[in-house]
Amino acid sequence: MDILGMLSNTASWIISPTTIAYAIAAVGLSVHFGYAGLLNFGMAGFMALGAYGYAISILSFGWPWWAGILVGAGASVIFAVLLGIPTLRLRADYLAIVTIAAAEILRLLFTTMLFDEWTNSADGLGGYHDSFRAANPIPPGEYGFGPWMYNEKDWWVRIFGFVLLAIAVLIVWSLMRSPWGRVLRGIREDEDAVRALGKNVFAYKMQALIIGGVFGAMAGVVFALPSAVVPGSYVTSLTFFIWTIVLLGGAATVFGPVVGSVIFWVIMAALDNIIPALADAGILPITNIQAGVLRYIFVGVALMLIVIYRPQGIFGNKKELTFVK
Amino acid sequence: MSSNPLPTGVTPVKSTGLHVGEIAPGVKKVDPIIIADGVTRKFGGLTAVNVEHLEIPRNAITALIGPNGAGKTTLFNLLTGFDKPDTGSWTFDGKNMKGVAAYQAAKLGQVRTFQLTKALGLLTVMENMKLGAKNQVGERIFPSLFPGFWRKQEATNEVKALDLLKKFKLDTKQTDFAASLSGGQRKLLEMARALMSDPKLVMLDEPMAGVNPALTQSLLEHILNLKQEGMTVLFVEHDMHMVRHIADWVVVMAMGEVVAEGPPDEVMRNQKVIDAYLGSHQDVDLGVVTGRVKGKMDPEAKKMAEEVEHLDQAINASEKGDN
Ligand SMILES: Nc1ncnc2c1ncn2[C@@H]1O[C@H](COP(=O)(O)OP(=O)(O)OP(=O)(O)O)[C@@H](O)[C@H]1O
Ligand SMILES: [Mg+2]
Repeated sequence: MDILGMLSNTASWIISPTTIAYAIAAVGLSVHFGYAGLLNFGMAGFMALGAYGYAISILSFGWPWWAGILVGAGASVIFAVLLGIPTLRLRADYLAIVTIAAAEILRLLFTTMLFDEWTNSADGLGGYHDSFRAANPIPPGEYGFGPWMYNEKDWWVRIFGFVLLAIAVLIVWSLMRSPWGRVLRGIREDEDAVRALGKNVFAYKMQALIIGGVFGAMAGVVFALPSAVVPGSYVTSLTFFIWTIVLLGGAATVFGPVVGSVIFWVIMAALDNIIPALADAGILPITNIQAGVLRYIFVGVALMLIVIYRPQGIFGNKKELTFVK
Repeated sequence: MSSNPLPTGVTPVKSTGLHVGEIAPGVKKVDPIIIADGVTRKFGGLTAVNVEHLEIPRNAITALIGPNGAGKTTLFNLLTGFDKPDTGSWTFDGKNMKGVAAYQAAKLGQVRTFQLTKALGLLTVMENMKLGAKNQVGERIFPSLFPGFWRKQEATNEVKALDLLKKFKLDTKQTDFAASLSGGQRKLLEMARALMSDPKLVMLDEPMAGVNPALTQSLLEHILNLKQEGMTVLFVEHDMHMVRHIADWVVVMAMGEVVAEGPPDEVMRNQKVIDAYLGSHQDVDLGVVTGRVKGKMDPEAKKMAEEVEHLDQAINASEKGDN
């Protein structure tokens, strides 16, 4: 077994674009679920809008990379409003059903041949990197140390992702310590009480849905930046990974989702290295293919254990967030 | 109902001359703050509220009484926009309230509390109070990002909140989560929070339920003070002593309808009210009937005791039959 290689591989995930993207999405979901109590099960849809908005703007319309990001953000705002208008007045569970369905509809629309001209249907989109890379201020070369040696392109993606993540965290922190955040936490607990105090509950929930949704789209952009946009990525299991991360770190915390994402991906990478190695060595009685599936089973089990034994997550306050009221 | 005469400390100044013409359900008021017409609300086949005409006098304390299920809370919900009526319309302070959302009604100066207390347990007592304040810059999304816009207002609200909390004897609890308060304290907090918005009309659904006698007294004083400060109070209450003590006007509901209204003493002499609300044994001390309290059994009490005895026997007989 190549222990050192496995360690290095695992460590590299700490600052991978995927980890950063999931962290941004998780921060968005923490606004939805942790602070506003909105059960959004359509995060994959928001991420898809960010990724496709970015890629299509560049590939089909020849716009610069930053315009692509704005398009992704705008698309997610529209999506949030469309989802919110019919559901935010209803009970929380309706939003859950509608979002999960809407995200699937989006994915299928991106996959269908109907919009092939823009979406390239099931094959997805790639080769949109020039504009973003042209904006790279880092001179060519290899930088870093140990497991974190990357060239200027890889660093540019990571740094840009970090900046977006930092902005998202800063916004959430500012909002939640403000009177606006107080209203939102009041709504999470009892809408009618807040209504009786003269606050437009619907507007607050809509604002929260939009903010979290835009973060989701930004996550989609970061997810797409280093590689390609593949419709198969934006499936419901992506949403559930984000949920696992949020619950792991602590839904109603500012940094919980960020740390949750790092822990999640480091464990996933470790399992990805260890399980096949154990299978190869004959310690685990499974084939290599089964080994790949096994870690997803662990994710499911972990999600269940968190919800049952530590619903407030690693950083959360047990008093503040419990599933049973 | 105990026979303790209620609070001694305060002698309320009763407002009189609130109505115009002969007293009857739906009588006109000199200066009404709420005027409701033909308001009905049905739940399936049940008509929970059916109010032909009702006016609530301004700057007075009006009690809304009636037996359980009379429709008091439902009427509250309708008037505050928390429920939609099947028919009817009403005005608040001259403004037509048809289709006005609950939060808008509250913004217009009509705040309410709930029968089942809605203190926000996961916010601290102080946060609960500050949530009650109106027109907060920091509650708007963009200014909320920059404390410079709202820090001063927040400090002002905090001073005001502390002042109210002191009145309600909750100032020592300001940093505690509201979830850690007792049931009665939550009622007080909910009321104090409602007052943060400087309302014109305060609607209290059973404010005294679960509040101990000593605190009841100071709560009564608060309610009387509200009137002095120019506010109007409409409250639901089952304790007749209290109603008699502080209400200037009493509205009686039964089966969704307003069956009587008038000044407290007159209303409580009204036979319809006695029948609908108090039942036919209102003067009987239950302690005497059950024999737990020694006292003179007047004829009324004797009759009731006999009825009870009769029922007891019937129950015993049927139980024996079962075995
Ligand atoms: N949401 C609802 N659905 C169906 N029926 C309802 C609903 N709310 C109230 N009711 C019915 O309407 C009637 C009036 O209820 P309401 O709560 O207004 O009574 P109340 O006068 O406040 O009684 P209490 O003194 O016990 O609080 C009752 O018969 C009740 O069962
Ligand atoms: Mg009631």
